[in-house]
Amino acid sequence: MTTPSTTDRPGKIDARPVRHPGRWVAIAVILVIIAMMVSSAVTNPRWDWGFALEVMRQNPVLEGLVKGTLLGTLGSMVIGVALGVVMAVMRLSGNPVLRGVSFAYTWFFRSVPRYVLLATMGSLGYLYPVLDLGVPFGQAAGLTFAQVDVNALSNMLVFGILGLGLSEAAYMAEIARAGILSVDQGQTEAAQALGMSPGRTMWRIVLPQAMRVIVPPTGNETIAMVKDTSLLLAMSITTELFFQTQAIGTRTLKIMPAYVAAVLWYLVVCSILMVGQAWLERYFGRGFGAAPQKAKQELTKIGADH
Amino acid sequence: MSTTTDLPLVHAVNVTKSFHGNEVLKGIDMDVRKGEVVVLLGPSGSGKTTFLRCINQLETIDGGLIWVDGDLMGYEDRGGTLHRLTDKRIAAQRRDIGMCFQRFNLFPHKTVLENIVEAPVQVKGMSRKEAEVRARDLLEQVGMSDKPSAYPSQLSGGQQQRVAIARALAMDPKLMLFDEPTSALDPELVGEVLKVMRDLAQGGMTMIVVTHEMGFAREVADRVVFMDGGVVVEEGPPSQVITAPQHGRTRAFLSRMRQEEQAHARAVAEVVSAESAALDDAPAEE
Repeated sequence: MTTPSTTDRPGKIDARPVRHPGRWVAIAVILVIIAMMVSSAVTNPRWDWGFALEVMRQNPVLEGLVKGTLLGTLGSMVIGVALGVVMAVMRLSGNPVLRGVSFAYTWFFRSVPRYVLLATMGSLGYLYPVLDLGVPFGQAAGLTFAQVDVNALSNMLVFGILGLGLSEAAYMAEIARAGILSVDQGQTEAAQALGMSPGRTMWRIVLPQAMRVIVPPTGNETIAMVKDTSLLLAMSITTELFFQTQAIGTRTLKIMPAYVAAVLWYLVVCSILMVGQAWLERYFGRGFGAAPQKAKQELTKIGADH
Repeated sequence: MSTTTDLPLVHAVNVTKSFHGNEVLKGIDMDVRKGEVVVLLGPSGSGKTTFLRCINQLETIDGGLIWVDGDLMGYEDRGGTLHRLTDKRIAAQRRDIGMCFQRFNLFPHKTVLENIVEAPVQVKGMSRKEAEVRARDLLEQVGMSDKPSAYPSQLSGGQQQRVAIARALAMDPKLMLFDEPTSALDPELVGEVLKVMRDLAQGGMTMIVVTHEMGFAREVADRVVFMDGGVVVEEGPPSQVITAPQHGRTRAFLSRMRQEEQAHARAVAEVVSAESAALDDAPAEE
């Protein structure tokens, strides 16, 4: 043992880091497994990667991707977020009627499975073949302004988007409610003390701060929705990614490569969404400590060390 | 209104308020003249903060009435019957009353400048440009002109409270309410906030201040109101209430405050000496 010298003040520490032999073992095992997977993917001709890539580029598949999957996700999430925030605000309002309506809505749409909901909505034409738009109870007096053929509508993408959006709103309501409740009561009081009306307080002060809590789970919901658009088939909506790839698979009897094509597309879309989600989180986290930036600096520092 | 000239700026009569059956205010009467600085003293739970929050309707009162500048707060008297005002109209009544909170409550997602221009633009409909010019003046006034684009989380407590004061002043209030504005601050940051408040008082602002800062009460207050158990125990100029209190409860509270103040002064002295010691110890760096 060396005794600390009183004259020599210790300088910058230059110590041996802790060794991690376990990590090297893990890396070796993982590399072997990856090698096995790659080898099987290359050597097993049944994977038929060329065909899978070709399926990915087919026009019906691309149309299904853009319309059913991407547009479906976008549309249903827009409905879901907008209606969900409204439901959350209603749930937190002082008006017992609004609170009750919001509770009943969330209860119903959270209880019905999405697939069952879409299938049921697709059959609404049995109950109401024709939808009259006009004054309530005014049909006899000729107060109908327009008529909608429900059977014709029931397998249109718009209807599917509506179904998914209504279902999503129930989940978004819970997420938005948690976000709004996470904002300190003092924020509302400060806004009120400045003379801001309740609506403006909610819109300008509370919701922007609630977004910080709302965005991450909403990103997850969006990614889940990309996948749930494959349920549109329950409504006989066929312009959708999975149905189209599967159709090619059944037609050509190369089912597995067709499925692989669908999987690859879902991977691509969801990866892009995850990047967007990370960006949104940074945007709405502004002013709340520089945690993400700090983590980034830390990472670059680590990178510079090696 | 014809009564406006007769009334003081704040006129509160027999204000009562209960929380869950617990009566916090038991009939408070208080008049505050224009330009007057009133300090509310009292032990915690005495109802002083609640009363302050009743003035601008952050709490609705159960009994009594409060007028601010001739406006009956929260209600409208239509031919002898009181009608509760809508939230929007209550919001309009609050425009002329500034408030500063113990925990500052700046908007964390907005920069210092955005915090200050928010209400003038959104509530008064002032143009953003005009509001920003005014905001910079106010920042100058509270000694924060160097940080218009900082976020509140990047500021010290004292800086945040000074921005909060500027934010309230941006609405050109007739009355400023301060709810323990220095209680959440580190000892060495209290002075900078009190200085801004002192300047404000000297500028003629009508202020009602809930605080434990006895020095501020002594020097700045025109009148000190001592509350305990939901009633006003005694009131008068600080020379009377603080130096020669009439009631036992006031005396007991003041002697407790003096002890705390001494402990506080010792704590500040320790912090300062520890800091200067640390500075002395620190090796000179290249």
